[in-house]
Amino acid sequence: MYVAAKGGEKAIRNAHALLGKRRRGDAGLPSITLDQIAQQLTLAVDRVMAEGSLYDVELASLAVKQARGDLIEAIFLIRAFRTTLPRFGNSRPLDTGDMLVRRRASATYKDLPGGQLLGPTFDYTHRLLDTSLGGEGGEHAVETGSDAPLAMPRVTDLLGQEGLIEAAPEDDGSEPFDITRAPVSFPVDRATRLQTLARGDEGYLLALGYSTQRGYARSHPFVGEIRFGDVEVVLDVPELGFEVSLGTVQVTECQMVNQFKGSAEVPPQFTRGYGLVFGQCERKAMSMALVERALRWQELGEEPGSPAQDEEFVLSHCDNVQATGFVEHLKLPHYVDFQAELDLVRRMRAEQAAQMKEAAE
Amino acid sequence: MSAQPISSMPRSSMPDITYNFAYLDEQTKRMIRRAILKAIAVPGYQVPFAAREMPMPYGWGTGGVQVTAAVLGPQDVLKVIDQGADDTTNAVAIRGFFEKTARVATTTATAEATVIQTRHRIPETALNENQILVYQVPIPEPLRFLEPRETETRQLHALAEYGLMHVKLYEDIARHGHIATTYAYPVEVAGRYVMDPSPIPKFDNPKMDDCPALQLFGAGREKRIYAIPPHTRVRSLDFEDHPFKVQHFAKPCALCAATGVYLDEVILDDKGGRMFVCSDTDYCNTRQAQGHVGELGVPAEDAA
Repeated sequence: MYVAAKGGEKAIRNAHALLGKRRRGDAGLPSITLDQIAQQLTLAVDRVMAEGSLYDVELASLAVKQARGDLIEAIFLIRAFRTTLPRFGNSRPLDTGDMLVRRRASATYKDLPGGQLLGPTFDYTHRLLDTSLGGEGGEHAVETGSDAPLAMPRVTDLLGQEGLIEAAPEDDGSEPFDITRAPVSFPVDRATRLQTLARGDEGYLLALGYSTQRGYARSHPFVGEIRFGDVEVVLDVPELGFEVSLGTVQVTECQMVNQFKGSAEVPPQFTRGYGLVFGQCERKAMSMALVERALRWQELGEEPGSPAQDEEFVLSHCDNVQATGFVEHLKLPHYVDFQAELDLVRRMRAEQAAQMKEAAE
Repeated sequence: MSAQPISSMPRSSMPDITYNFAYLDEQTKRMIRRAILKAIAVPGYQVPFAAREMPMPYGWGTGGVQVTAAVLGPQDVLKVIDQGADDTTNAVAIRGFFEKTARVATTTATAEATVIQTRHRIPETALNENQILVYQVPIPEPLRFLEPRETETRQLHALAEYGLMHVKLYEDIARHGHIATTYAYPVEVAGRYVMDPSPIPKFDNPKMDDCPALQLFGAGREKRIYAIPPHTRVRSLDFEDHPFKVQHFAKPCALCAATGVYLDEVILDDKGGRMFVCSDTDYCNTRQAQGHVGELGVPAEDAA
């Protein structure tokens, strides 16, 4: 007698209990706190906020903890929660020119108004394991300068004064497309493209951006400027008749300056690729700017044919929550379809065997 | 329909999170219902909708879950199946999700359900006009594996240009002597749109034709909804000299002796022993309870 495997419900319950136990690890050790995650795994939290499309340090820290450090899983948790949030308004566009800058680097000018500001960066560190971090220690005294913060005009605005770089597109006042509220259809406008890239997977954009540096849609990029800092979020409240500041968010902005030969209508000038990401995510902001620029081939009359230029390909596959779900769904049972294929393969093999037998006789 | 938050998760030092009936907010459900109405008005046409991120992964039924959430009312009785079975893990998880967020009654009995969410099967028990069958769809575009670009496939549908699909089926015949598509077998709906029936075995295709129940298809990741209204003509694509045929099983179900149903192959040992049993667990259990006994089954009264 045969009894089919049953008890999915109990198995799921037990698996989840085991997951909780594994998440907690050795119960003799103190449980990691959300503050510790937010303060000491800041860049993980930043990535979760950026790709989760929700700026909330506490919830992102909780997601990192709940996901056992699996950042794509944490991003997924944040996205699923984001779905349930009501939309009560749209902020005014962020003014990154008015940023409280914590770090700023330009690769195009040695010095510039506001100066270069190295800030907290891994750049120029020697990548040697620091065993002093293995214990409790790791306190660092920091000397702070006394200079008052300087105004830091964006490098692209300085270039723009001479007309050497294409003008930033004017705000025509129209409501931008919102990829979280409407289905995307191709071809897309720039707002849609930038939104999609901004929540796109860092690793995916890194690889595509890298490919443009190796000859697949080469665009001769320079980092005009990369800046990271705090920007005020301002909401227009029509009922009140004035703007209300909601607080600040930290963002990384990358303005990539690229060559352009010019065309019949446009004199030779530099063009831009743009990247903007929540938190300190420079790798992502730079990759985004490279890919954004590559996707503009049509508008600039460039030769197509490289992977990073293929809008439908790039944008349809950059979301890691979608990608991980669909790849991992292959774990789900497919035995009905597999049975259909088994039947077909057996039938085709029988037919072939019969034919070969016939031929042999 | 209640808009009251009815479920919550306890959290230690953080405020509780409460969710709306069936998880989605009312605005989102209204948006999905509009897409569903349009889909019903244009049978087989893929209506783009602003799919939301759901608390289960894309590819695991988020489209079906959103459609179910949008059509579900507090009086509904929900059945969820995966591979025809009510007790497969993903079916259990989705049923649990609606028990938690909508507190609707659930059932495993096809006849008792008003909404049935399914992955990869259509129940063996005939559906009626009071039921909605919600399919989970991974790739809604029947032409996708012939043409990967959405911009192209949209045009092909607009022009009803389905030559590619016929060429594919013809090439199957030229190469193998018959059509080698066994599941997700393309259909033509109401004489107009070619539609992917989701990865159901082609065995189930005839059940879609003239079905009294409303059939809704939700693809979350791909952000598409489509529908077959009740009593709509659904024709599996074929050729005059190679008519559409469904799979046949040599033996009846080993547990309930049913014939003319879709069977799963179960491997019994490592010596080639195998048996075939109903993929529809509710159908099989009901028959066994009625006293039908298959080759490897036991009479209902002895099983207790």
